[in-house]
Amino acid sequence: MDWKERADATEERLRRQFLHALAGDAVAYQQFLAALSAHLRAFFRKRMSQLPDDVEDLVQESLLAVHGNRHTYKPEQPLTAWVHTIARYKLIDHLRSRSRREALNVPLEDDLQVFARSDTEAADARRDLEKVLQSLPQRQRRALVMTKLEGASVAETALATGMSEASVKVGVHRSLKALSAKVRSGT
Amino acid sequence: MRTDELIAVLAADVTPIDPGRSDRRFFTKLAGGAVLALAAMLLFMGTRPDVAGAAALPMFWIKLIFPASLALAALVALRRLSYPGMRLGRAPAAAALPVTAIWIFAGLVLLTAPAGERLALVLGDTWIECPLSIALLSAPALALALWATRELAPTRLALAGAAAGLFAGAAAAFAYALHCPETQAPFVAVWYVLGILIPTGTGALLGRRLLRW
Repeated sequence: MDWKERADATEERLRRQFLHALAGDAVAYQQFLAALSAHLRAFFRKRMSQLPDDVEDLVQESLLAVHGNRHTYKPEQPLTAWVHTIARYKLIDHLRSRSRREALNVPLEDDLQVFARSDTEAADARRDLEKVLQSLPQRQRRALVMTKLEGASVAETALATGMSEASVKVGVHRSLKALSAKVRSGT
Repeated sequence: MRTDELIAVLAADVTPIDPGRSDRRFFTKLAGGAVLALAAMLLFMGTRPDVAGAAALPMFWIKLIFPASLALAALVALRRLSYPGMRLGRAPAAAALPVTAIWIFAGLVLLTAPAGERLALVLGDTWIECPLSIALLSAPALALALWATRELAPTRLALAGAAAGLFAGAAAAFAYALHCPETQAPFVAVWYVLGILIPTGTGALLGRRLLRW
């Protein structure tokens, strides 16, 4: 198979999974997101060879953008075009806000540059969703962490946190929204 | 958070999406903006007193068809700019068409008019009032159009903002045409277009900031 046929086959498989996901199928959605994240990683790695540390941030940002904007996909559209437009937008947005941030920093003296770069600094510069999670209101965070990360049921979470089941569900939904908003604003 | 954890979180948040809903919300807001422009015109300005008699004049209808076709083209362009991966296609050409038509028409009127009357044909009696009124009437429609666009995912922000402004301006010009007593094409070609360009430019500036996601 040449790359074109392979891309067509991928498009068809991902599109089928995504359409199932839009109908509410969580398993298909998980498969779709896993496959998509691999494609996104390759896409960004190729374009961000100077900034390899930012690749995973961009993958996560794009996954959140795909999730938050999945209502803008029209079933008659090719999925590639939709995903590509979102990924490219996130890439440009990322580079733009990065250069804006760097323009604000006072440049160090030339001879200090060697010491200015270190591994820990590179790790610090990477945004960690965990940190973003920490900045959410406590109850929302608790609901999200328990149901989504620890795999507790809504009923168990409600019992443990003293919230009603309905407010656990709302809390999870809200904290996801807050999470994407915080990622977007770059905190 | 690792990416596979994020994926698990997102997959668990899945809810069925109604495919027609985003378009319905989009069009409802834009229609609401056009209705607000019309309502503001009726409330603060009123239709021209001779509106029944004016309906017999071709110019009365041209003054309505021009902004209506422009609003329609802007609507199509804005929708295409708001969904990722959609192509703009001929929407910009469709928006340029009514403007070109009114300019050609106005040019012909000016060419055939005696030199001394040309300035009066352009200025009419209300040349200051016209663009300002259109810009003011367009404000609520612009706010609604930007809101409608924000709910989708535009990637060319200034252009999408400009299309939202063009729609709002054209809808306001339509409403204003029912109030405006002017009867000459050169007036429409200059002051209506200027009035529509004010929200278009405002939309482009606001779009950069407000439409980010």
